[in-house]
Amino acid sequence: MAAAFLFVLGTGVLSLALYALGMTFFLGVVLPYAAVLVFAVGCIRRIVCWAASPVPFPIALTGGQQKSLPWIRQAEFEAPSSGLHIAGRLFLDIVLFRPLLRNSRAETLDTPEGMRLVYWPSRWLWLFAILFHYALLVILIRHLRFFIEPVPACIRALEFFDTLMRIGSPAAFLSGPIVVAALFLLLLRRLYDPKLRYISLAGDYFPLFLLLAVALSGIFLRYWGRTDIASVKALTMGLVTFSPAVPAGIGAAFYLHTTFVAALLICFPFSKLMHAAGVLLSPTRNTAANSREFRHTNPWNGPTRYRTYAEYEDEFRGAMAEAGLPLEKEPGPAGAE
Amino acid sequence: MMYNKRYIIPGILVFALACSFPFLLNATSEPYTRPALKLPPGERACIEPTSLMRTDHMRILNEWRDAAVRDGKRVYVASDGKVWEASLQNTCMRCHANREQFCGACHNAVSARPDCWSCHIAPETPGAVRISGGGKLP
Repeated sequence: MAAAFLFVLGTGVLSLALYALGMTFFLGVVLPYAAVLVFAVGCIRRIVCWAASPVPFPIALTGGQQKSLPWIRQAEFEAPSSGLHIAGRLFLDIVLFRPLLRNSRAETLDTPEGMRLVYWPSRWLWLFAILFHYALLVILIRHLRFFIEPVPACIRALEFFDTLMRIGSPAAFLSGPIVVAALFLLLLRRLYDPKLRYISLAGDYFPLFLLLAVALSGIFLRYWGRTDIASVKALTMGLVTFSPAVPAGIGAAFYLHTTFVAALLICFPFSKLMHAAGVLLSPTRNTAANSREFRHTNPWNGPTRYRTYAEYEDEFRGAMAEAGLPLEKEPGPAGAE
Repeated sequence: MMYNKRYIIPGILVFALACSFPFLLNATSEPYTRPALKLPPGERACIEPTSLMRTDHMRILNEWRDAAVRDGKRVYVASDGKVWEASLQNTCMRCHANREQFCGACHNAVSARPDCWSCHIAPETPGAVRISGGGKLP
């Protein structure tokens, strides 16, 4: 955990140091381009790697009645048997985070009758995760205002709802505090439970710290570390029209934020964050639970020559008869040998 | 070697499209230049240096508002020692009289929606009716 924290801290310090050295072209142009390239190529490479792994058998995780006799009701999204069922299950997984609702925890409970083992549904992860992901989605879409001119009405509408409470000036985006709170809750959840803390690695803490750094630096940039937003849009539009230029007067807070984002994009394909694509490519989620309906044969099995017992007996009949072993077909009186 | 090509390849294409979406969207657009502001004729400088006004005009306005509304203080001493009346309509809009061509140019470009005009009446708004006393409109 300390390593992950120090790595994120180091990224921030590096960004500020490069800004102090006047390397704004690197921070504002080279790094964002490199980060987007690493992100896109890295993700595609990872997906191609996954697609190269054979999945010979259906290994769907089931949680309900498999397709059976016509009068037994199938749990379509728990034991999908068709492509439509699988699509429905994946859709619910992705949009509602349905598998996380299944989390349970075992605890011992003191009762008047003595100690009892009880299983609680534990839905904190679902709550924190869904808060985090949807807030991040809103933030991501909102940022398109820096890359589209003129700003489309749908993004303005999203901003209207995100600033619905009109708190402060500039009006606070509600998704900001939500994403920070959700990240802290996810972090505390990891630290609170000793079992969870034991299985947590640097790779689990690093994305949390990095996303916190991204969110907090962005919030700081908007409300406190004032920067000339018109110049920022000139920079970002320069990037997306491939005519990059770094306008003067953009402060260190902006480059701190973009450096954290660049670090996030660069580490994305090599980290657990690839679950974004992995959720679609998990054989436990995207294969049909139809192993009773169809016979699945490992496609790369070589041609197998089976030897029947009859052939075996034909070969050894004489020796078997001599040893007094029971035979399906007695040797003929003329002697088979 | 790739399995399930009919799902993987469209999936990768969708991902690549999503990644390049901002670039594709601007593929045919003109090179972007920051909005040109209509500067007041005759005036040479704002109350503070341009760089500070660009980053901090909203902070200054917030401070003016709080000081004026809560404490009734309407005096602003600029960093060069000049004394100004802390008033959006009497000081800012005396020079920056056209809300659309000055404020709106940048605000629209970056989709900033400050709440100034839910209380203040922009002078060029046709048919605007003064509902209370206060600063003299330019």
